[in-house]
Amino acid sequence: MSFLISLLTSVWALTFIKIALLLFIVLTVNAYLTWFERKVVAHMQSRIGPHRVGPHGLLQPAADGLKFLFKEDAMPAGVDKFVYLLAPFLALTLALSSLAVIPFGPKPLPFSFFGHQIDLWITNPDIGLLILFAVTALGVYGVALAGWASNSKYPLLGGLRSSAQMVSYELALTMSVVGVVLMANTFSLTQIIEAQSGRTFWGILPAWNVWSVHGGFPQIVGFLCFFIAAIAETNRVPFDLPEAESELVAGFHTEYSSFKFAMFFIAEYTSMITVSALCTILFFGGWNSPFPSTDLFKITHYLPSLILIPSGLWVVYDGIKYETIWGRMVLPVIGTIVTAVGAALLLFPAANEFIQAPFWLLAKIFFFLFFYVWARGTLPRFRYDQLMNIGWKLLLPVSIVNVIITAGVVLLRTKP
Amino acid sequence: MNAPLIIFFVLAALAVIGAISLILQKHPIHSALSLIVVMVALAGLYLLMGAEFVAAVQIIVYGGAIMVLFVFVIMLLNAGEEERTDFSKLAKFGGLPLALALTGLLAAAMVRHGGAVQNQNVPGALADTSTLSTMLFTTFVYPFELTSFLILVAIMGALVLAQREKS
Repeated sequence: MSFLISLLTSVWALTFIKIALLLFIVLTVNAYLTWFERKVVAHMQSRIGPHRVGPHGLLQPAADGLKFLFKEDAMPAGVDKFVYLLAPFLALTLALSSLAVIPFGPKPLPFSFFGHQIDLWITNPDIGLLILFAVTALGVYGVALAGWASNSKYPLLGGLRSSAQMVSYELALTMSVVGVVLMANTFSLTQIIEAQSGRTFWGILPAWNVWSVHGGFPQIVGFLCFFIAAIAETNRVPFDLPEAESELVAGFHTEYSSFKFAMFFIAEYTSMITVSALCTILFFGGWNSPFPSTDLFKITHYLPSLILIPSGLWVVYDGIKYETIWGRMVLPVIGTIVTAVGAALLLFPAANEFIQAPFWLLAKIFFFLFFYVWARGTLPRFRYDQLMNIGWKLLLPVSIVNVIITAGVVLLRTKP
Repeated sequence: MNAPLIIFFVLAALAVIGAISLILQKHPIHSALSLIVVMVALAGLYLLMGAEFVAAVQIIVYGGAIMVLFVFVIMLLNAGEEERTDFSKLAKFGGLPLALALTGLLAAAMVRHGGAVQNQNVPGALADTSTLSTMLFTTFVYPFELTSFLILVAIMGALVLAQREKS
């Protein structure tokens, strides 16, 4: 009994709770990311997007999820059963486990869990960046094995394309962050963020790696290489050749149905979130606010409320004149909750101070997620030879030159 | 039994099972997957010894890059199941005794010096990247350069073989 109690109050229990919570949050965000993507792309193409299931289609993700669960789980004849079942499992597990090393805020929560400090990350190893790359490196197998195990020609072609693409772009992806590592002199994600706090250029521009000269050399080129390579690594438009529907039906996941297909889907969206978080952390200062921390700019601490309250009120207003009764009932409630959260942040300055760092981190992550959707709504798919040329002849040399220049500048500025 | 020891035995068992399965599997893809299990288990063992950087590089280079290339080639060539033969004469009279001798040698070494290895407690000794790189470019610079030369020779050998096929 005492063993059970000591286990339940141990740091293991805390980690387990944190993992469960993060999984819940990330899966929900994933679900609504699909809704967001469909809505944004629809509006870019002068359509309305999901509109039938729930007010503004808000229950569409739930409907999709249920449909995935209840569809027949067909397995084609002649597949390699073990590998066929392993592939989606591998893809999802690896995508989700990479979230474990992402830090979401600098300060631990103000209360503790049976004497254990509650940090806003699951684990914070000294080699966080390398672990992320290790997980990404293994992530290729999910797609490649799915294509191979399906015993069908389109998935095989999709799997081959995918492994070739991911191997090619992993080089540029890894080379492009070497500059950041050189400037921060560490692989730890929290220390990389801390190295970017402070001001440059007359105290106005934040010391983010993407433009700051304060740690070494501005990494704008490194950032562009990283983001392009990351989009290719996550198999998104305009690099989504492994699932080019006009050529390969649906690429590597053609033969997957029901929840196994959903697993690939969730894996893709989760790696989008991871990549956006990584962009934010490595190049855009992580949880550091873009505004100076002087008294004049203290007013920016009310930005979360300033965003939440008007948008909440707008949802209430929109809900009152919504066409269905269901929408007229639900939307005002959601709007009131959002407004209440914004008002609560105004009333409790301590809570408001605490959420500043996570707020900026999440806001930047959200921007990159929007960029993903934006690219999907805008850009046509590359041809396969163009894809390979961009990876090997453009991104790799450019990122290597970036590493050499950054290393030179860092070396010159290091005092002997 | 403390936690590191349990993790060690789990990882060691995974590595050994992966290695045996690598040989026994009939299909090349299954063999490649078993090899990946071995690589990842080895990375876990490095992590247990405090060599975080080496563990991460093990997964990135071996688990990621090299094995992806293996899988890619197997998929591209669409290699079918292997054919099995009985022991050849060379294997029966040369290989088996040699394998037994090697196993005996390793077992003897482990029995004799096992305690010394277990007592070697070096947590975090190899964790630091700068320490590692300093060692690599000072103490072990000749083995390091020789290894890269070996890899170069292997690449050239592959090129020569590929060229011979063509002409």
